[in-house]
Amino acid sequence: MTRDPNSHPRLAPGCRLNEKSQPQRVLLMPERALRLSGPSLEIIERCDGRHTVAQIIAELQKIYSKAQPQKVEEDILGYLALLQKERALDFE
Amino acid sequence: MSGMSNPPASNPLAFIAELTHRCPLHCVYCSNPLELDRRSRELSTATWSRVLREAAELGVLQVDFTGGEPLARPDLAELIRAARAAGLYASLITSGLPLDEKRLEELVRAGLDHLQLSFQGAREESANEFAGADAHAQKLRVAGWVKKHRIALTLNFVIHRQNLDQLEDMLELTKSIAPSRVEFAHVQYYGWAFANRERLLPTRRQLDRSLEILKAAEEQLRGQIRVEYVVPDYYAKYPKACMGGWGRKVMLITPAGEALPCHAARVIPGLKFENVESRPLRQIWEASDAFQKFRGEDWMQEPCRSCDRRAQDFGGCRCQALLVVGDSSATDPVCSLSPRRNVIDAILAETNAAPPLPPSAKIEWLYRSNPA
Repeated sequence: MTRDPNSHPRLAPGCRLNEKSQPQRVLLMPERALRLSGPSLEIIERCDGRHTVAQIIAELQKIYSKAQPQKVEEDILGYLALLQKERALDFE
Repeated sequence: MSGMSNPPASNPLAFIAELTHRCPLHCVYCSNPLELDRRSRELSTATWSRVLREAAELGVLQVDFTGGEPLARPDLAELIRAARAAGLYASLITSGLPLDEKRLEELVRAGLDHLQLSFQGAREESANEFAGADAHAQKLRVAGWVKKHRIALTLNFVIHRQNLDQLEDMLELTKSIAPSRVEFAHVQYYGWAFANRERLLPTRRQLDRSLEILKAAEEQLRGQIRVEYVVPDYYAKYPKACMGGWGRKVMLITPAGEALPCHAARVIPGLKFENVESRPLRQIWEASDAFQKFRGEDWMQEPCRSCDRRAQDFGGCRCQALLVVGDSSATDPVCSLSPRRNVIDAILAETNAAPPLPPSAKIEWLYRSNPA
């Protein structure tokens, strides 16, 4: 799926992270929940309607500077596509 | 004490809070038991709030407020606040009937995450026939109000022999409302639906056509509306993993506080259900006889006991085994490997041989009643 790098991903209505104080962070959505860890949590925390796709990629490339930048970008785009398929994301 | 050798209980993820059995609808396939809890026995606000906290402590992530019609409880907003304070995701499963814009706002402010609106069909007259009430126009208004808020909206169409031919209209209606999610739920044959089964079971032809339409819709709407559906039990090759396995993922509390492993469990003779008014939820989940009864594999008969699929479907549905073949420990008779599959096949043969009803025919439904 091609994605406009300047679009702003935002969690769709009725999709939210559980509280920070919980031992296992999850993305809550109607009738399901996705377990999050490491990069998946870093990505979703930035799907706030303010970060662009390009900014999310740049920030994660910094956090995971030991990984290949190209690989980080591919993984993020793949994950965003999955979240959209789940109807967990809007692109604004 | 049953189940000494049962595996330790995993934690439940979903919690179904049946707040009341009162309902303005009288659906012919209602999943409530034939014997409904009385209003005077309904749990108090304080008890529900405590139970919601206990559920969250047990590991539950999501609560479905359902009924009956949960809007019949004047303290619903307070219960949603209690759920959110406990860290739970709050869904409301509703007919939408006793709702107005102001009450919806109150529920959203309280922290409602998701509203699931039931539809009995795509057309006014037939939808009203299955629900035994004038409801359809109000549902359309409710969908419009929900869309003004940032909460998830699911449309839930209950489908069966008498409305399956309206499927394309239901999809058109869905597209015009544009919810986050739509479920096409075949009637499950328990409770009131079991009593009305011969009028509700779809024909093979209807089913095949509906699956074609739904598959295409799923593709077409991908990324916009999440389309969910399952093949109805009686036509499936293998049984569903009912409730994700007995006592594994889901806990249901009735209006009067009984803790059940599923909606229909009360039909199984000999099971004793604990009440949340007299025991902590954790104790009920981990140790009560009713939840232990069909955990693990010790209770299984052949062919389940040695079947490769036993960790996938957990033997199917215990209530269905009881209702169809009279033995709650038997393999779910919808399974093609069940020695009693012939009973289901006979029911299907009759369904598929019956001539279609003329359009003018009046069906004698058994409508769901209301508790005292």
